[in-house]
Amino acid sequence: MSDAAILSAPARRRGASGEAITAWALGLPAVLAYLVLLLLPTLAAILLAFTDYELGAPAFAWIGLGNFTELLGDRGFAQALRNTIFYVAVVTPGSILGALAIALLIEAGTRGRTLFRAVFFLPVVSLTVAMASAWQYLLHPSIGPLNAVLRQVGIAGPAWLSSSDTVMWSLAAIGIWENLGFNLVLFLAGLTAIPRELYAAAEVDGAPSAWERFRLVTWPMLGPTTLFVLTITMIRSVRVFDTVKVLTQGGPNKASEVLLHAMYLEGFTYFRLGYSAAITLVFLAIVLALMWLQTRVLDKRVHYG
Amino acid sequence: MTESVTGIVVENATRNFAGQQVLKGVSLAVAAGEFVALVGPSGCGKSTLMRLIAGIDRPDSGRILINGRDVTTLRPAARDVAMVFQSYALYPHLTVAENIAVPLAMRRMSAAQRLPLLGRFWPGSQARRRGIREEVGSAALALGLGSLLDRRPAQLSGGQRQRVALARAIVRHPAAFLMDEPLSNLDAALRVHTRREIVEIHRRAGAATLYVTHDQAEALTMADRVAVMQAGQILQVASPRAIYADPDDLRVATFIGSPRINTLPAEIDGHGLARVAGFPTGVRLCGAERVTGAATLALRPEDLFLADGGIPATAEGLEFLGESLLLHARHVGTGTALVLRLPPELVPDLPPGSRVTLGFDPGRALLFDAQGRRLRDTAVVPEPSLV
Amino acid sequence: MVERENSLLRDMPRLLVLSLLGLLLLMPYIWMVAASLKPADEIFRASLSLIPERLAIAENYGRVFELVPVGRYLLNGVIVCGGILAFQLIFAIPAGYALAKLNFRGRELAFGAVMLGLLVPPHVPALPLYAGFSQLGLLDTYTALIAPSTISVFAIFLFRQFFKSLPDDLIHAARLDGMSEMAIVWRVVLPNAWPAATAFAIFSVVAHWNDLFWPLIVVNTPEHATPALGVLFFRTTEGDDDFGALMAAAVVMTAPLVIAFLLAQRRFVEGIATTGLKG
Repeated sequence: MSDAAILSAPARRRGASGEAITAWALGLPAVLAYLVLLLLPTLAAILLAFTDYELGAPAFAWIGLGNFTELLGDRGFAQALRNTIFYVAVVTPGSILGALAIALLIEAGTRGRTLFRAVFFLPVVSLTVAMASAWQYLLHPSIGPLNAVLRQVGIAGPAWLSSSDTVMWSLAAIGIWENLGFNLVLFLAGLTAIPRELYAAAEVDGAPSAWERFRLVTWPMLGPTTLFVLTITMIRSVRVFDTVKVLTQGGPNKASEVLLHAMYLEGFTYFRLGYSAAITLVFLAIVLALMWLQTRVLDKRVHYG
Repeated sequence: MTESVTGIVVENATRNFAGQQVLKGVSLAVAAGEFVALVGPSGCGKSTLMRLIAGIDRPDSGRILINGRDVTTLRPAARDVAMVFQSYALYPHLTVAENIAVPLAMRRMSAAQRLPLLGRFWPGSQARRRGIREEVGSAALALGLGSLLDRRPAQLSGGQRQRVALARAIVRHPAAFLMDEPLSNLDAALRVHTRREIVEIHRRAGAATLYVTHDQAEALTMADRVAVMQAGQILQVASPRAIYADPDDLRVATFIGSPRINTLPAEIDGHGLARVAGFPTGVRLCGAERVTGAATLALRPEDLFLADGGIPATAEGLEFLGESLLLHARHVGTGTALVLRLPPELVPDLPPGSRVTLGFDPGRALLFDAQGRRLRDTAVVPEPSLV
Repeated sequence: MVERENSLLRDMPRLLVLSLLGLLLLMPYIWMVAASLKPADEIFRASLSLIPERLAIAENYGRVFELVPVGRYLLNGVIVCGGILAFQLIFAIPAGYALAKLNFRGRELAFGAVMLGLLVPPHVPALPLYAGFSQLGLLDTYTALIAPSTISVFAIFLFRQFFKSLPDDLIHAARLDGMSEMAIVWRVVLPNAWPAATAFAIFSVVAHWNDLFWPLIVVNTPEHATPALGVLFFRTTEGDDDFGALMAAAVVMTAPLVIAFLLAQRRFVEGIATTGLKG
């Protein structure tokens, strides 16, 4: 063994440089695409946020934090930020608790597992724009089935998507509906990964009820899954755009304006690219903060190593 | 039928999974203070039987008694049994001390007292917590875990985890200990060492212990009695010596012992003489068991030796084991493969293919009928007229 | 946790609750299909009957196919998703292999760049990319639709993790057998990349078939519109009132992926669950 190592040492070195050439050759397309399509545009977006660049304008100027100070005074932006936070704050617990409860129900027996998993997963693979249209019909104030049902029991249903009181709740409900199946599948995978022997041990150790076994085994063992689901749901829901664009365009009167839609309006409708980039940076900062929270703070508490 | 009121008693337990009978009416008794090893090949139903006793699973029919009490339909928690799992099944989010404390906390404290933060302010909670802490401490000490109490399972070696699992089992002094292959995840050296420790813990605790294993060496070295199980049935329960030297059943004889016992197809003639390939063997069947026809003659590898004018065989190879030597040979008459365990110094150089002749003491030969049942009433024919 | 099949009777409450929840979740689909079959006057009466009194399939679906180039949209969806996926795999598989199994200077740096890329949502580079495509006169082309998604750091990451789990001995054995590095990639690594590639393909197609943000930005004619954009276009040409036809359009555009999902349910769920890091 050691003889072979000594003999092959020069060969190895030659092999190593050959390996490096191969590696770079294999990686070259990816590296170029990465630079041109991801790294440079991202850096450009960051720089853009400090300019007053507008598409089609002959020149632009560096304005430092000008865009950000404007953001601070922009009531529309403040509304978008508030709405996004509200949306995340409703969709995250709603879709996580719902998914966990359904996952436990599905896992509690053997019948119908595949069927129910497929049913709840359906929204994940459905075209969001099309399903948003279906929701628009369902929630329509006069012809929508939901209000028709409410009328049957004598309640005058609100204009779900066009009243500023209900619009964010409606969007959040659709958000929960969209995210539930995805989280459910992750929870189901987490549940099947729990060793059966731990439940047996909990029973022999005297855990008297299903709730005690959940507390002693299921919940702690699901910790990493739950953390992952939590972060991914928050990040997914910070990105809310499709339903807003299709259903409300941010209205009525900015009552359902959200970050990405505001950024879209500023950048691609008004062509104020600099200002839009500043909103993008705020969005990026939120996403990064969520990821940081996952790796730095929460991760330590759920991995038992 | 229960004369041993204390300990574990299983009466006629059956269990089916998806139409397959995994346990076919199993009965077994483990007296208080007794260590019984349940040994059998994988899939024979031994783990299922253990799960029935623990209460993790219920029998389709039959009864289970622990210390004279019928526990067949009780929850595991109400049975006063402790179990050590093959994978140890430690709670990964709890420290060693917390893991050991779980069975005590679950029994002695109300749900409110067990609440993570508020629980400690509940009336009576402090005193109980202190009591539990002391008992956990002494259980941990008994297993040499004193310095590891604040670690998590992931920070422990395999052997240490195994001890934590043992400590969690002994901490509440159960009436019965169940151990499901507890050593199978340890490396060979640690396994041999831990065997002694488990027996020691059993002696001190004095509970009825049922120990499931597929490793016959563990079963023979540790147990007071060994139960051999195969295909959902217990074939024999006896002391390790009796299981080895005096098996009831050909399946027991072939399962126990390594290398495997030699089996030669035999024929019992009208005089009760056992013949192999037509030649008398010196073994005669007498008394009430008048069986004629096909039978099996079984001989342990150490009961065969090289002898002039014995059974003709062809040598096929030698395996040197240090203290002994295995000679692989083939019986010329029947083509049966044979293994001999011989003292190395007595074996000449035997190139493969060389002709040897083998002898044995007919008094040590075991005779089985065509169904594999042991024929015990045998005698040695006075003049050893070997093949 | 007595592990035995519960009797159907005891399982009933669980099945009932799950069925009710499932039905609730399917409401948008049920009403979407029902409305797509109803004539306009029935929809406006807002009756709670799911079954149409008069079938209006021809009217509603006919309008969809007559008003908008449905086939064009679906074909665009296939071209865009297929193009994106093909480039993603071509870029990511070799790069993932290099990061997983080859030793070279700068490997740590390259992997760091991948991890950094994972942190950036695709919306961030969108503005400069838009400006760039606009400068090059490439707006409203397949290039503009496909190019930005061709580099998937997530795919590189996924394949790197996958290749890392392949035994080194496999590569060593191939080298001893005299294969060149390229031959190893082609004949040893690629055939083994299938499980990861299918999982990623499902994830990628679902993501890009459903994406609205980027197509909305770079496309403004039906010629290159993807299905998501197609529904939006249909809404603007038709107005919000003709729900029968709108629902028919929604059914048509949703159907391909949903049918694919129902046919390969397990693969979809596993593909998206295992690659679920981004989405």
